[in-house]
Amino acid sequence: MLDAAPSKKPLVEVRNLKMHFPIYAGLLRRRVGEVKAVDGVSFDVFEGETLGLVGESGCGKSTCGRALLRLYEVTDGSITIDGVDIAALSNNALREKRPTMQMVFQDPQASLNPRMTVQAIIQEPLDEHTTLSTKEKQQKVYELMDAVGLNRRFAGRYPHAFSGGQRQRIGIARALALNPKFIVCDEPIAALDVSIQAQVVNLLEDLQEQFGLTYLFISHDLSMVRHIATRVAVMYLGKIVELAPREALYAAPLHPYTEALLSAVPEPDPSLEAKVERIILQGDVPSPANPPKGCNFCTRCPKVMDICREVEPATREVRPGHFAACHLHEITSQTAGATAAQREANERQHGE
Amino acid sequence: MTETTQTQGTIPVRNQWWDVWDQFKTHRGAVIGGAFLIFITLFVLVGPYLWQVDAQKLDIRNKDLRPFYIGLFADVKWSWSRPLGTDHLGRDIMANLIQGGQISMAVGWTAMILSLFLGTLIGVLAGFFKRLDGILMRFTDLVLSLPLLPILLVMMLLFRDPLRAAFGPETGIFILIVSGIGITSWMHTARIVRGDILAIKEREFVLAARSIGTPPRRMITRHLLPNVMSPIMVSATLGLASAIITESALSFLGLGFPSDFPTWGKILFDSVDRMASFPERVIWPGLCISLTVLSVNYIGDGLRDALDPRIRGL
Repeated sequence: MLDAAPSKKPLVEVRNLKMHFPIYAGLLRRRVGEVKAVDGVSFDVFEGETLGLVGESGCGKSTCGRALLRLYEVTDGSITIDGVDIAALSNNALREKRPTMQMVFQDPQASLNPRMTVQAIIQEPLDEHTTLSTKEKQQKVYELMDAVGLNRRFAGRYPHAFSGGQRQRIGIARALALNPKFIVCDEPIAALDVSIQAQVVNLLEDLQEQFGLTYLFISHDLSMVRHIATRVAVMYLGKIVELAPREALYAAPLHPYTEALLSAVPEPDPSLEAKVERIILQGDVPSPANPPKGCNFCTRCPKVMDICREVEPATREVRPGHFAACHLHEITSQTAGATAAQREANERQHGE
Repeated sequence: MTETTQTQGTIPVRNQWWDVWDQFKTHRGAVIGGAFLIFITLFVLVGPYLWQVDAQKLDIRNKDLRPFYIGLFADVKWSWSRPLGTDHLGRDIMANLIQGGQISMAVGWTAMILSLFLGTLIGVLAGFFKRLDGILMRFTDLVLSLPLLPILLVMMLLFRDPLRAAFGPETGIFILIVSGIGITSWMHTARIVRGDILAIKEREFVLAARSIGTPPRRMITRHLLPNVMSPIMVSATLGLASAIITESALSFLGLGFPSDFPTWGKILFDSVDRMASFPERVIWPGLCISLTVLSVNYIGDGLRDALDPRIRGL
């Protein structure tokens, strides 16, 4: 259960990351507010692990992933990758650092330049960061194409000639070209159909084993995250509400939002499906430009208390390696273990 | 790395330009346009060596000769030595077309390339660098709101004599006309290019290039420019046409090349007042202008298709 061996050293340390986008309005285009897409997020990604980042649409997952590679200028906070604070680097120093961190994008159609051949696309990182000869680059591109399972003969073709899964493989090959340590996978499977999803996820797992990669796997597909991730972080409205090892999170979620999210996962067995109790949240996600006072989830939480509307809950380690930001576990800190155990027992009953 | 991968590695890749050529060949209009453009270019470049008649030579006794195709069937004044006839001062029309073509084509192409360069540069800078967008686009609006002909007239008056003194009468006026047309016709290209750059900039492959660490310079040349080729190509073909026509208008107003210096536009305008009696003097230069413009249009169309890998079907 506690497989997130705390002895491992963190490759990525994110502390209080904030990504706010200004809103301009009115005749003079004055700044009237900001969209708090990511609002004070802290987590570690350990070397060789896969951290799953889940949450509903618009909760700031992708923004968080992009801010991590500083594709946006972060508003506040620090991102330490491999010992260097990315958020504070100058442009030139950042460019030097780019090879250690790469990204696989959501839409394989949009993330490949339609005017470049596969060869040119995979070769671009090599052009930018290495001084290999044309022949060496060609060879390296072929090796990468082998690694992601693309036929070498496709090197001269253009992206539009490929299927979605093949395009995603091209994107992965490009991300691998510089032997990165850390790859942000921004919903790499969301645009693919199910059989291809499995192929791509298995490919990602194989490559992780082969090259010792560390992933931040952003997804809204909870069952896929369960399959690939070692630890899972749940985001709601720009904040991480729960962060735990995979098994612990799926067996005994601590935050009411995680509970609701997990109860929405479809059950493949129809006889069990009928018995599943869904927690249906009322209302909509509040606007990230104007988040509620206190806990972000207080407007929809089924277990809301008075304190939730006033005080923002701090993230605390409720159990070893299992973090949650909820007042529920602050008050009942003594009884927390007991209720969780009970919930776990319930869960097992449901499972059987 | 190993022997086996190296032998596998040598896969013959066909040069992309052969595919472009193959696609270009399938566009019938483009092929015909290309053939005509080559023909007319050879006509104006090689023509003077084959048809050695002085275009400027006045021959009052042989004035107002009709072309041979009328002379053969009607009882009019004509001669084999002047197959397309002569004008009211006895200048050979064929020789005038050849010499005028040289000037018109040179002005058209140079002015088009200049305005395309300016338009693309300003459009790309405005679209890519947010900080420059406001100022460059307001500048574009400003230039666009200026009336074209009065500006050109003022430019002619101000700069004609210094340029003539510096480069000689012909080169001086050529530079003046080309730069005049060039810097008054880049605005539409700039607007179109900016709009396209703004749209393409938000696509994920640009973000991917940023995550690789591609600097803005190469981002523009590698990712943005190839994707705005089509609108640039279209405005290039339109630009050539409007450059030739603007030059004609300037010549017509007497502010272009000196009066003894033929261009297609000037031959056309000189003959307009006697168009009813001598239609051939209008038809030939008119045909030259419109067919050149049309063929360039078709070539642009074919090239746009041929350069797009999606249409090329690869």
